[in-house]
Amino acid sequence: MNITLDLIVFIVLALFIVVSAILSVTTKRILRAATYLLFVLIGTAGIYFQLNYSFLGAVQLLVYAGGITVLYVFSILLTSSEGDQAEKLKKGKFFAGLAATLAALGICLFVMLKHKFLPPVFEHGELPVREIGHALMSMDKYGYVLPFEVISVLLLACIIGGILIARKR
Amino acid sequence: MVHMEYYLIVSTIMMFVGIYGFLTRRNLLAMLISVELILNSVDINFVVFNRFLFPGQLEGFFFALFAIGISAAETAVAIAIIINIYRNMRNIQVKNLDKMKW
Amino acid sequence: MEYTILILLLPCLSFLLIGLLGTKLKPVAAGTLGTVVTGIVALLSYWTAFSYFGAGRDGSGVYPVLTPWNAEWLPFGGGLEIDLGILLDPISVMMLVVISTVSFMVHIYSFGYMKGETGFQRYYSFLSLFTMSMLGLVAATNIFQMYIFWELVGVSSYLLIGFYYTRKEAIAASKKAFIVTRFADLGFLIGILIYGFYTGSFSFTPDAEVIGTAKVFLPLALGLMFIGGAGKSAMFPLHIWLPDAMEGPTPVSALIHAATMVVAGVYLVARMFPLFIGYAPDVLHITAYVGAFTALYAAVVACVQSDIKRVLAFSTISQIGFMIVALGVCTSADPHEGGLGYMASMFHLFTHAMFKALLFLGAGCIIHAVHSNEMSAMGGLRKYMPITHLTFLIACLAIAGIWPFSGFFSKDEILAACFGFSPVMGWVMTFIAGLTAFYMFRLYYNIFWGKENKELHSGHKPHEAPLAMTIPLIFLAAVTLFAGWIPFGEFVSSDGQAYHIHIDWTVAATSLCVAAAGIALATWMYAREDRKAADGLAARFSGLHKAAYHRFYIDEIYQFITHRIIFACISAPIAWFDRHVVDGFMNLLAWISEKLSWLIKGMQSGYIQRYGIWFLGGALGLTVILLLI
Repeated sequence: MNITLDLIVFIVLALFIVVSAILSVTTKRILRAATYLLFVLIGTAGIYFQLNYSFLGAVQLLVYAGGITVLYVFSILLTSSEGDQAEKLKKGKFFAGLAATLAALGICLFVMLKHKFLPPVFEHGELPVREIGHALMSMDKYGYVLPFEVISVLLLACIIGGILIARKR
Repeated sequence: MVHMEYYLIVSTIMMFVGIYGFLTRRNLLAMLISVELILNSVDINFVVFNRFLFPGQLEGFFFALFAIGISAAETAVAIAIIINIYRNMRNIQVKNLDKMKW
Repeated sequence: MEYTILILLLPCLSFLLIGLLGTKLKPVAAGTLGTVVTGIVALLSYWTAFSYFGAGRDGSGVYPVLTPWNAEWLPFGGGLEIDLGILLDPISVMMLVVISTVSFMVHIYSFGYMKGETGFQRYYSFLSLFTMSMLGLVAATNIFQMYIFWELVGVSSYLLIGFYYTRKEAIAASKKAFIVTRFADLGFLIGILIYGFYTGSFSFTPDAEVIGTAKVFLPLALGLMFIGGAGKSAMFPLHIWLPDAMEGPTPVSALIHAATMVVAGVYLVARMFPLFIGYAPDVLHITAYVGAFTALYAAVVACVQSDIKRVLAFSTISQIGFMIVALGVCTSADPHEGGLGYMASMFHLFTHAMFKALLFLGAGCIIHAVHSNEMSAMGGLRKYMPITHLTFLIACLAIAGIWPFSGFFSKDEILAACFGFSPVMGWVMTFIAGLTAFYMFRLYYNIFWGKENKELHSGHKPHEAPLAMTIPLIFLAAVTLFAGWIPFGEFVSSDGQAYHIHIDWTVAATSLCVAAAGIALATWMYAREDRKAADGLAARFSGLHKAAYHRFYIDEIYQFITHRIIFACISAPIAWFDRHVVDGFMNLLAWISEKLSWLIKGMQSGYIQRYGIWFLGGALGLTVILLLI
């Protein structure tokens, strides 16, 4: 197996993602967890870029890394006091979670690797934004105007719901 | 070209890290972060399948796109709820939230 | 004659009105409402009777059977249906008159008697309920409607006996009345069902062809129906509830347990008379023997009771026995040849209702005056209560069968019918008639003559009852005086044709002599202040006296059978089985589920992460299973 630049980039990204993910669920400080989540999201955006989905990567960066993480940070600042640390887990619970997760991971990987997928083809080349826009606004087959509208209504509902739930009474 | 399975391995690991976090973290926000990890790993899967298996189509792409939007919405509502909980109970430790059994 | 429906609807309405408004209504208003309604019902009944009998006979010489109002209520298919309606024929019209008259009198009387009682409104609403049910019973177009109203009168009787529900005896008596009659009604219901099954209708007059196919089941059904009637009419051995029912207010005893409800059994037999005489004469004769024995038994017991209402109760049982006997001795539907008893029975029902209601209302006045039911508290009351005394005397003479009071005429017809059936029956009934005269005059002398209970009367002087109570007495006494002259056979007879009553003077002379002898004996024994003769006789036959006083221990036998045999040998094991096996099984189930839920309760911790682990584990397990398959 020859080592290409692609592969190297991927390995770096993958390591970055996996390490950040693990750190984000094991760190004691919640603000750090949010930061590691940011790293994971950025790494994911990197994977999208590598797969030549620049638009998706950009969205990932904008919405996830830019928007949601900020939301997290603010809510953490609102709800946690200085030096707030996660309690130490009881051993039993820790092992129960770990064992269950590892077992599930093993099975999942086993199933996935054993599965015969369709023959993968990788076509280089960027997906043009114009095409995405047309598909998003089209009403034909493979047009996504209905889900788009549904999502927009959902977002509106969430804005209203978020305000209603979080406002002071 | 990188094998498709490599991407899947990364996403699977990310997913189970998220699950582990969801099961073991005691802070609601930390749990929510874990959920984000899970969602993110699913997004990766959608994109990878689209790219490698159905290159001419856009379903996976749009699924990922919409999933990002939905996760943003979900996060907003969840954080609103968490803030509300914090206001009522002065902390967001999940062990205090056992009222669900009634 | 559609207005006859009002006879049922008005009391129903007043029952609902008084019952629902309850204490919101002033007692006087409730009483007035009930009384006015009953008065209207009485007037309507008289008008109905007038126009019914006034319309005359049809071509074949009988009064037509009318159903001025009928509604199909429950169709079962196959021609079987339950209707609700009003049936007018000579006996139902006669009963309407009797019931509404007595009910009206009792309503007026209760104004005085129940004055100041708590639950005055309740009392009047129950009275209305009873009036409605009883009128519905007699006006029923079919046997099932009769059964419905039959149960309704049972309920109202239960409610009224238990009117003083704070008294233990009253509760026990009401339960006793309800349960005993319920047992009898079970027979009635089964009889109705058999009847309905084999004749294909609940009508009183089924098709003759269909009856032919019923064969032995028709007599069986009629016999079972008679058991129901025997329960209501307190025939031996189902009579035990009636003496206890005297725990109710006295006007109620007059209305329900003397004049109307207790004759429902007689009315039932009379109603089914064409079927009895046509298809089950043997069953009819059995009823005669039952009635005769009951009459004798009750008359003997009545001779020694000391509670005046009990005496009257047993006398009622005895007189109903007379009516049943009169029906039972019929051998044909022709009044000239063996069918006289039908007319005699109905005639006696009519006259008895009047004078027995009078007796009870009189007794009510006396109880009102001395505040006791016991004879020992009375004696010498004639100077305090002249109106009561006079009317009571008239009633006593009537029930004893002295010419020219109404009881003489009806009893004479019964005795004539009995002699027509068999001389033995005739003499037995004559003897009972003599006993009747004896115990009635024993009662009369004990109350109004004899030694006065000075000790009791010095505290508060007995006084004549108020006007509301004496007016009904006078009215009923007037009816008792003149009812005998009604040409009853012109209206009611077994074949519907006009029957001219003629008094058989040989029978009449015998019965008069026997009655006079009874009265003379009572006079000799009880009219004087000292009771040497009576006490001596009681001491001489102390065993008999004691047994009769305890009503020949019938209640004790019932007690023994129910408690020692049924409860101990049947109910107790069943109860044990129910409590330990059936309940035990259920308890076991409950115990298991409780333990199980304790076990799995921990899962419902409310901690979402535990749920998450379970969820993950479940998904994992499923995946493994799917992989392995």
